Amino acid sequence: MKKMMLSALLMSLLGACASHPTKPEEKAAPAAKAAPAAPAAQTQAAAYNPLNDPNNILSHRSVYYDFDKSIVKDQYKPMIKAHSQYLMSHASAKVQLQGNCDERGSREYNLALGQRRADSVKQLMESAGVSAGQISTISYGSEKPRALGHNEEAWAQNRRTDIVYQSE
Amino acid sequence: MNKLASCIAFLFLILCRPSFGALTIEIVGGGENQIPVSVVPFESDAPGVSSVISADLARCGMFRMIDPGASNPHTIDQVNYPDWKAKGADAIVIGGIYPASGGQYEVRFRLLDVAKGAQLAGFSYTVSKSQFRQTAHRISDIIYQQLTGDVGVFSTKIAYILKKGQHFELQVADADGYGAQSIVSVNEPVISPAWSPDGKKIAYVSFEQGKATVYVQDLMTGKRHVAANYRGSNSAPAWSPDGRDIAFVLSRDGHSRIHLVNEAGGNLREIEKSPGISTEPSFSPDGKEIIFTSDRGGSPQVYKMPVSGGPAQRLTFEGNYNVSPHYSPDGKSFVYLERNGGHFNVAIQDFATGQSQILTDGDLDQSPTFAPNGKLILYASIYSGRGILAIVSTDGRIKQRLSMQSGDIREPAWGPLVH
Repeated sequence: MKKMMLSALLMSLLGACASHPTKPEEKAAPAAKAAPAAPAAQTQAAAYNPLNDPNNILSHRSVYYDFDKSIVKDQYKPMIKAHSQYLMSHASAKVQLQGNCDERGSREYNLALGQRRADSVKQLMESAGVSAGQISTISYGSEKPRALGHNEEAWAQNRRTDIVYQSE
Repeated sequence: MNKLASCIAFLFLILCRPSFGALTIEIVGGGENQIPVSVVPFESDAPGVSSVISADLARCGMFRMIDPGASNPHTIDQVNYPDWKAKGADAIVIGGIYPASGGQYEVRFRLLDVAKGAQLAGFSYTVSKSQFRQTAHRISDIIYQQLTGDVGVFSTKIAYILKKGQHFELQVADADGYGAQSIVSVNEPVISPAWSPDGKKIAYVSFEQGKATVYVQDLMTGKRHVAANYRGSNSAPAWSPDGRDIAFVLSRDGHSRIHLVNEAGGNLREIEKSPGISTEPSFSPDGKEIIFTSDRGGSPQVYKMPVSGGPAQRLTFEGNYNVSPHYSPDGKSFVYLERNGGHFNVAIQDFATGQSQILTDGDLDQSPTFAPNGKLILYASIYSGRGILAIVSTDGRIKQRLSMQSGDIREPAWGPLVH
């Protein structure tokens, strides 16, 4: 009981330190980070690749979720649409959608939830007109966390679907 | 170190001292009405059989260990019962280790009732050196059964995943954490180990092919085969009680559904077709029903259904996150993980009354699994920022922590009783 109160206190202290205090569950998802440049891109430094241009929406690759949710929030739909258009205009390009979850709760339920997160992005891409053959999905559940902490900041980064191009 | 440990007995007890990667067990709470027992160091006990017995009994939380002091009887005629009554012992354990033919040893022990001045149990084992620990655990099991009326689990094994950076090992160790062996060692995640009912094989999920695949590995030979590698994620293996089938979950196209395959792989059967997620099947002891996690009602809850198919019945109603159910060995209750405010805790629910009780108080508890006597629950937790295992008794009173010197341990599975 004491421990629970202490951790509640810690949580509130942590919350107070954050620059934008928000309710833990509803905390804004971290900004999508550009994926590191692929080795192939480095060897062809001269060629412009919109996928790696930090000013291009295509450099954004991650969709973030609330706890135990797989609904794609509206804020990510333009990004998914841009990737859909890219895939439609580059018939040879292929993506893998990688679903992830935070560490809390059940690892097996998270594996299923991660699959549904990836599948929800796939569905949006397919309904935008992308050929099913260009999209594969996989779930890593809570097994490949990007952030390693045991706190909401880390958890928010780990509840996501990554759009990964085949050449990457 | 030994002196320090005995000074704070019950609070901190180091049980095993192998030279590498030891699993350390720490007692953090004991049961009420502990039975006072004294284990007299055995005669010519260089291998330390009696100290393993003493550690087993102390760790399980059911006993209060009485220091034998200067008294060291090894045979019945050397026992002065009034002396032991004065020390407060209800029972004493005596014995010795004696050379036998063929380089073997005879381990003799007697369990004596102090009040009645009578023997409760007495056995002799002829064993090789490598069997001393195993023999000590068998003796502990007999003592436990005689004094508590329940089956002891000191001779059983546990499996768990050890994560060090991006390296994952499936390890099997004795129930006291001793003798840990790596069964699988890969640089991709491994989850969900499940013991076959005979304790000879372990099914588990590995990502080494890039996605979740169910494997079955023979512990004696080390050989393994793929049990389920269909399109999508293959995970959450559970053995049918007869060992013939493995229930597992196939996730694809937005659904996660429970299927059966033969233990050897093949003969794929879908046993439910609900939309959404159904996962974490656990067989009833009679093999006729499964309990599982499903979000068909909007949030993940525990359901029950016949293995042969048919409607599912919801079992949990409190809160919006009840997952990871496992049947108790007697089939009368199930353990599961409940979201409790901002915490995730282990809870137990009785089938007959529908009443549930939260047993743990960690922040991020996970993956509860019953000991085969149904008295203890092993689960994963985070303690001081690291993944550890913990044990709680089904009445919530006895608590232990198991941790590694380095790395995170998680995904425990308690092996069956071995005969």
